[in-house]
Amino acid sequence: MSKFKMHILVCGGTGCHASESDMLLDNLKTIVSDKGLDGEVQVIATGCFGFCEKGPIVKIMPDNTFYTQVTPADAREIIEEHIVKGRKVTRLLYVDPENKETIADSKHMGFYKKQLRIALRNCGFIDPENIDEYIARDGYEALAKCLTEMTPQQVIEEMKKSGLRGRGGGGFSAGLKWEITSKSVSDEKYVVCNADEGDPGAFMDRSILEGDPHSVIEAMAICGYCIGAAFGLVYIRAEYPLAIDRLKIAIKQAREYGLLGSDILGTGFNFDIELRYGAGAFVCGEETALIHSMEGLRGEPTVKPPFPSVSGYYGKPTNVNNVETFANVPVIINQGAEWFASIGTEKSKGTKVFALAGKINNVGLIEVPMGTTLREVIYEIGGGIKDGKKFKAVQTGGPSGGCLTEKHLDTPIDYDNLVASGSMMGSGGMIVMDEDDCMVSMAKFYLDFTVEESCGKCAPCRIGNKRLYEILDKLTQGKGTREDIDSLRNLSHVIKDTALCGLGQTSPNPVLSTMDNFMEEYLEHVHDKKCRSGQCKALLQYIIEPENCVGCTACARNCPVNAISGERKGVHIIDQATCIKCGACLEKCKFNAVFIK
Amino acid sequence: MGQVKSLADLRKIKEDLQVKMSLREKSNNPESLVQVKVAMATCGIASGAKQVMDFFIDEFDKRNIQAVVTQTGCMGYCFAEPTVEVTLPGQEPVVFGYVDAKKADDIIEKYVKNGELVEGIIPVNYQTIEKK
Amino acid sequence: METIKLTIDNKAIEVAKGTTILKAAREAGIHIPTLCYLHLHDLNIENKPAGCRICVVEVEGRRNLAPACVTECTEGMVVNTHNIKVLNARKTVLELILSDHPTDCLICAKNGNCELQTMAQEFGIRKLHYEGEQSHYREDTSPAIIRDVDKCIMCRRCEMMCNEVQTVGVLSAVNRGFMSVVAPAFEMNLDHSVCTYCGQCVAVCPTGALTEVDHTNSVIRALADPTKTVVVQTAPAVRAALGEEFGMEAGTLVTGKLAAALRRLGFNYVFDTDFAADLTIMEEGTELLDRLTRHLNGDKNVPLPILTSCCPGWVNFFEHQFPDMMDIPSTARSPQQMFGAIAKTYFAEKIGINRENMVVVSIMPCLAKKYECQRDEFATNGNPDVDFSISTRELAHLIKQSNIDFNALPDEDFDNPLGESTGAAVIFGTTGGVIEAAVRTAYEVHTGKKLAKVDFEELRGMDYIRKATIDFDGLPINIGIAHGLGNARKLLQDIKDGKSEFHAIEIMACPGGCIGGGGQPLHHGDSSVIKARQKAIYVEDAGKTIRKSHENPYIVKLYEEFLGKPLSEKSHHLLHTHYFDKSNETFIE
Repeated sequence: MSKFKMHILVCGGTGCHASESDMLLDNLKTIVSDKGLDGEVQVIATGCFGFCEKGPIVKIMPDNTFYTQVTPADAREIIEEHIVKGRKVTRLLYVDPENKETIADSKHMGFYKKQLRIALRNCGFIDPENIDEYIARDGYEALAKCLTEMTPQQVIEEMKKSGLRGRGGGGFSAGLKWEITSKSVSDEKYVVCNADEGDPGAFMDRSILEGDPHSVIEAMAICGYCIGAAFGLVYIRAEYPLAIDRLKIAIKQAREYGLLGSDILGTGFNFDIELRYGAGAFVCGEETALIHSMEGLRGEPTVKPPFPSVSGYYGKPTNVNNVETFANVPVIINQGAEWFASIGTEKSKGTKVFALAGKINNVGLIEVPMGTTLREVIYEIGGGIKDGKKFKAVQTGGPSGGCLTEKHLDTPIDYDNLVASGSMMGSGGMIVMDEDDCMVSMAKFYLDFTVEESCGKCAPCRIGNKRLYEILDKLTQGKGTREDIDSLRNLSHVIKDTALCGLGQTSPNPVLSTMDNFMEEYLEHVHDKKCRSGQCKALLQYIIEPENCVGCTACARNCPVNAISGERKGVHIIDQATCIKCGACLEKCKFNAVFIK
Repeated sequence: MGQVKSLADLRKIKEDLQVKMSLREKSNNPESLVQVKVAMATCGIASGAKQVMDFFIDEFDKRNIQAVVTQTGCMGYCFAEPTVEVTLPGQEPVVFGYVDAKKADDIIEKYVKNGELVEGIIPVNYQTIEKK
Repeated sequence: METIKLTIDNKAIEVAKGTTILKAAREAGIHIPTLCYLHLHDLNIENKPAGCRICVVEVEGRRNLAPACVTECTEGMVVNTHNIKVLNARKTVLELILSDHPTDCLICAKNGNCELQTMAQEFGIRKLHYEGEQSHYREDTSPAIIRDVDKCIMCRRCEMMCNEVQTVGVLSAVNRGFMSVVAPAFEMNLDHSVCTYCGQCVAVCPTGALTEVDHTNSVIRALADPTKTVVVQTAPAVRAALGEEFGMEAGTLVTGKLAAALRRLGFNYVFDTDFAADLTIMEEGTELLDRLTRHLNGDKNVPLPILTSCCPGWVNFFEHQFPDMMDIPSTARSPQQMFGAIAKTYFAEKIGINRENMVVVSIMPCLAKKYECQRDEFATNGNPDVDFSISTRELAHLIKQSNIDFNALPDEDFDNPLGESTGAAVIFGTTGGVIEAAVRTAYEVHTGKKLAKVDFEELRGMDYIRKATIDFDGLPINIGIAHGLGNARKLLQDIKDGKSEFHAIEIMACPGGCIGGGGQPLHHGDSSVIKARQKAIYVEDAGKTIRKSHENPYIVKLYEEFLGKPLSEKSHHLLHTHYFDKSNETFIE
């Protein structure tokens, strides 16, 4: 058996894939062969490293060198210099934005320093298309342990003790859910993995499925054992082709190894998994809607109770958990509930994966212990705000969540603190906003999303959210009135109180939380017809400062709508009624006479 | 690979597979392990650095010592090739020159196992290759 | 029975476990308004998608408001149905629904009969605080039903009727969010779908989103045309329901006033579809006996059971969904079409006019009849046997438009010869009636004996699927009855699977039969209305001197003068039909 001296790990996640990491992988493999290093150097594609801002990522083991933004053309240099001659390719190393020093080892990067990777433990470390690498890292050991050494109730107790809560947004105790489903009496039961990730900006579930599909398969089998189900379904959106491929490969491998199928590990336990494809409707992340979609019906929610644990897929008891929740399960069984419960805060145990996005230096996927503060996430892991701008707010929980501001920066992040701060955990989207972001526009952006994603079943969500959007749009156009502010508030509360499912009940949260935290911005839009961040185009005014204007006519000549008048060598004026706010005058003026008010 | 029939089966398969992955596992946490860097520039390779590196890898395995063996560029001591930098957990790195199989064996037995220094240390103007 | 104690509006009440807040409140005399909710109690039909959110109430300790229609009572629950929070939420939600609804109430087909309009009036809505864009969808007109989806409020009642009760599967929600509406799959038009035009969607639509195609103007024009002789026939179920449109109690029989009103409207001959119902029994009953005898004599080419064919919704259903079983239903035309065929031949001859100068109008409790009379096979040289079919509701409009004080009308009789009928014909209007009428005649024809008792209680009722065995003088005849197409499907599937033991089956597309037809006055969710109509039908039957079709003197005369005997060649030509495989006729534009 050949023994590789070096491993080259290339990120095969969707983000890096889009930046030609597959071509890079091919190049590396070809050059390794050309150099006769086939037996010594192993080149593999892994799942996502999380540091998507700087992808494609290449990691060289064992010296742990972390290359960023590698192009297919860089392959030759990496092999010839690093692999053959042992000289690191400095230009591809990560540069610390603070002190401008290059960092070779990812462990020393701010992005990774504070992270604790449990759900993402294998992402960026193993070849997701090779079950052996998963097994080598204790894969299926937890399943084996459950099947041979523990009763279903013992496993459930362990899960309850671990304190693992649903990572899809609900935050319901996973162990308790398993217990309820296990106690429902039925000839058939189902395990469903909710992989219908739909939060704008969130992609942790995709990354786990792409980087470590077996962890989800193993956890589903464990869940099946606990609740008495022989069949599992993964509801995954069809827009995740790579995750689907990897899952299919993983399921096939697990079947070949006898880790799925009948009489698993000779214990008489049967379990198999099939995929069901969703069309990417946000509402299908709601478990009843998800189940209806799997049944071939329109993806819309029904009233709970009955909960799926009692009556789910085709009326049978069904346990629905999300991908990230499942990914934690094998580790909990292997390392013990106490270990897991030692991480995190009092009521939120373990870690949480967040998708960092927006105006932040290190955009990517991170996993931190519950209780980490926003400040740590934004400034240490995220590397601070882009271009040295001022932090304004962070939206957590996606369109169902709210915004947190400066005063929340030192709040430890967990389920309950987020709710207390007027937001929610959601599935872990974290969008950072700076001084250039208008909070009214932000609320409008999320309502636009909700209007698009509402299923249309209940009136408050179907029509109410549309009206919320319309009022917000009016505000950003400078046509808002004081009554509109009252309407926003009343409508938001009524929608929260009356909508049928979680989507509708939380959809006004962005409006309410921005109103709570940034009421002055709303009032500025209404009374002063002003948008302080300059994002609301309709509220901007381009003005010519008479003192600076020399009458060169450059602005007038370049104005596409002839809104600028004035004599040569005389002061020019912009007619506000005609101006379309394109900014051409500002760009052309060489005398700093044009400014925005 | 056939079917995994029992827990024992799974464990056995895992042990076999872990060897393949050990290199990656170790590099996750090299500070707690013995780190050996072999200078593998042209000068080193010409003097037999490749064989020395293989020797270290195989012997650490055989003698059950948790170590990470990596290659590095020219350390600047071309006169003393092959050169090897050894870092014991929590200690300053030490560079050895003129390393062949015999010397390597000495290094493992004496320095790595017992902390006794062996002949051939290059102490002058010591600097690791990587910038700290 | 396990019970639960709770408080609603400070009133302590006790209900059975599993009772919803809405039911508990109604039992306690507390009215919670509902919009999408529909419960046809006697027919076991319930629609509760919890979509409109009008019935929300406050439950102490609950984070948000609870929809009363689906929330089950729990021990110690404290419910408040009308505090300011609840009232504000309800009013806001209603305003939202209205903000996405056309405000052409004054000229809407449902004006005065619209549940949304009534609710807006009850809630005292005077201003819409949340105006904005309205969703828009193209209008769809079919031979019987008009879909004006802009008026759809997504109550999903039609969808429930179409899918769960009728299992036709045409209507379901399409599009998403603000643009979602109920429409046929792939957004095809109704006339390209497998729609049976049973009209049950129209019967439950709370607004003007689903209405019948209105033919009253065509009727008015025909009546005004001096060159036309206008003949009207009126179906049995109409007389048991029309009174409701004029403020009478459900179940009031208005047969005499109906005839009088039709005469006032200017119809030249006021006839009765009941006459044709008697004729149907002659043909269908004879066919039953004929098939039965041949089958029992060992002719395996003769299939049993025989299925009734007077319901056009049902005919459409099996043409679309069970084309391989088209040899099972009787070939007899429906009473409406038999009437038209006889009117434009036998009667036209009698009064000496051409069929082209005769206009036959039918008053039907049904919307599928509109489609039926437009079928090509029911026309001679392009001239249809029945020119226009209008619903009970349309007739009521016609009477109102024509300044007739319906309530003040005297009772009058139908004209002869096509106005004379028996009790057997009247009961065509309810589920179980056609088969009972057939049994009355078939028994006497088969056994040659007089029936001691013509009432077959075992065939009556409201149960969806009913079974009875009638002793034909030593020959046990197994009878099956189904109303509602979903139940028909079950019996049909049994036949397909070779599990059916019936000799004859009566099928009516609408729950309750014609009394619950899609063209009847709207019941607005009160199923006791349908039960009252059923009762009236049997009262009418009991009051008739002749209660067996073959004893109708004008029927006897018709055969003597014109047709010869049942199943004669002339009968076949005028009174029987054939069916078409329509399984491939659906298409997407």
